[in-house]
Amino acid sequence: MQSVEDTIGVAGLRFFGKMSASISHEIKNVLAIINENAGLLKDYTLMVEKGLELNPHQVGAKADKITAQVARADAIIKKMNLFAHSIDQDRQKTDLNATLKLMIALAERLAAIKSIKLELSAVSESVSITTAPFILENLIWLCLEFALDQMEEESVLKLGCAKTEKGALIRFEQPGQFSGELAAGFPDDAAASLASALQADLLADTESGELVITLPDEMQ
Amino acid sequence: MSAKVLLVDDETEFLEAMAERLVMRGMTVATAESVYEALQMVATETFDAVVMDFMMPDMDGIKALKALKKINPELHVFMLTGYATVEKKKEALQFGAAALFEKPANLELLTKIIKRVHSQNRNQ
Repeated sequence: MQSVEDTIGVAGLRFFGKMSASISHEIKNVLAIINENAGLLKDYTLMVEKGLELNPHQVGAKADKITAQVARADAIIKKMNLFAHSIDQDRQKTDLNATLKLMIALAERLAAIKSIKLELSAVSESVSITTAPFILENLIWLCLEFALDQMEEESVLKLGCAKTEKGALIRFEQPGQFSGELAAGFPDDAAASLASALQADLLADTESGELVITLPDEMQ
Repeated sequence: MSAKVLLVDDETEFLEAMAERLVMRGMTVATAESVYEALQMVATETFDAVVMDFMMPDMDGIKALKALKKINPELHVFMLTGYATVEKKKEALQFGAAALFEKPANLELLTKIIKRVHSQNRNQ
């Protein structure tokens, strides 16, 4: 059996790099907002030096905006930390709703570039399995990437999970249908290799336009 | 008459703060939160410059740049990006960007360049 490191390979490193780059762009945007608001506060002090009156509410509002952006950056860093630690263990008990929530948070900016919204389907139950979290995240990303490439702009891709008799499944629901030709190209070698490592099955349903990952309760 | 600038970014708070700072530096500023909106504005109004985020959700930077330049080939388009790599800079300049700035941008430098463009436009 392949080690987790061997399974991750170059494709896994690319996935890690893509997510890290996206997170760094988000942080850059936050820093730019903080920079402009801090610049505004500086501009206000220069106005006062020139004898103009300063509105304390205006100053307070800018300070509040900076505080809100610091909180936004903190949430982004927490998300990055959670993602980085998902590679710590080869196998661990994994909450699939939490994993999907993290993947949506990581990928929503990349989906937004294609004008597509990612949503978590209504959570009706707690779904936990023992699996390799990083490999699963990588596989979810490949499924997301495949689905995003097929979807039209201004549409919504829903991600959800449910218990099954022998484990769990993750479902990607999009409004359209996959053409048979496109579905035939799924999974590609990278996704198939990750699915094999997770002892998972992948299905692209051309009728419903759904992608489904079926996972065992306990990965051996 | 002051320099007229169109700021384009999907981060509303960035737009608001930067617009206020440019107004304080004597410019007339309009804002757009999408490339689509910006294209409509450029088609109907005259601007000295457009300052636009490279990565807009509704259109990638180069496509947006080409679309703006198609409407007004003389328009000065300044692009803002999180990471101004040499390749990105080269590509932006090749397709007619006036300059590519890394975020957070040096506002004093940007102001100076826009005012110079405005002054050139007035003398034409």
